[in-house]
Amino acid sequence: MLLNQFLLLSAILFCIGVYGVIVRRNGVLVLMSIEIILNAVNINLVVFSTYWGIGGQVFALFIISIAAAEVGVGLAIVLLIYRNRRSIDIDELDELKG
Amino acid sequence: MTGLVALLAQVGTEAQVDTTFDVPANVVFAVTAVFMIVAALRVVTTKNIVHAALWLIIVLGGVGVQYLLLQAEFVAVTQFLVYLGAIVVLILFGVMLTRAPLGVSTDLDNDLKPLGIGAGLVLAVVMGFALIQSFGADQLDFRAYDSALGLDDPQTAAAGRTGAVADGIFGQYLIPFEMISVLLLAALIGAIVLARRD
Repeated sequence: MLLNQFLLLSAILFCIGVYGVIVRRNGVLVLMSIEIILNAVNINLVVFSTYWGIGGQVFALFIISIAAAEVGVGLAIVLLIYRNRRSIDIDELDELKG
Repeated sequence: MTGLVALLAQVGTEAQVDTTFDVPANVVFAVTAVFMIVAALRVVTTKNIVHAALWLIIVLGGVGVQYLLLQAEFVAVTQFLVYLGAIVVLILFGVMLTRAPLGVSTDLDNDLKPLGIGAGLVLAVVMGFALIQSFGADQLDFRAYDSALGLDDPQTAAAGRTGAVADGIFGQYLIPFEMISVLLLAALIGAIVLARRD
């Protein structure tokens, strides 16, 4: 197996995730796109752990747990936005714009 | 009959000598990769939120299969447990609690589609060019990796790669590991405080 086949797959997944973050309006769908991005990064870390040693796998595990925390807090924020505004369209959240 | 047995024995020894399993692994990789890319595209383009969450399951499961191909079995099991077991359920709960429309809805995308496609394509071209330039046709070499971890020595091989991961977490990376547990506690309390109705 080539190193590059995994790296290119993760690059493609990363770009799809970036497209989703830019284009989607629904908060939950943006969180899903962020999950795709984090998984792409994780593939990279595990591929390079076959190159440099076990540290990549350890960091992939750390990222998995941080992603779980991120989804928990992110969904709580989305829920709060929904409760206050009856909509989770993140393009309407422009109170911070001067 | 004896010829057949000899042939089978020969095939058996050849399979034993060839420990990299390159061709089947490449087939599994290609099938999984195609599924993952199609599913990821559906996640970011589908008009139905629940379908997006279900397509996300295929992407996350495919990532787990890629970890198995990379011989990172502990990370793969964690991926299946945490992502497929917890995060997808959490996202489906988020869909449910925000009373998302269950059928097809037309207002899920904003009008930045050209910017999104442009940014994605530019990133893909730049990263693809950089990767092909720097790694070309480098082969993954699990045997060098195994000897670096001490897995070719029967004395230390019993713990396997999972043992090596454990050594990493509870040795060199102990302090980041403890920080993760504090972070998880903070995230737990933060999520409860944010979502609590008072």
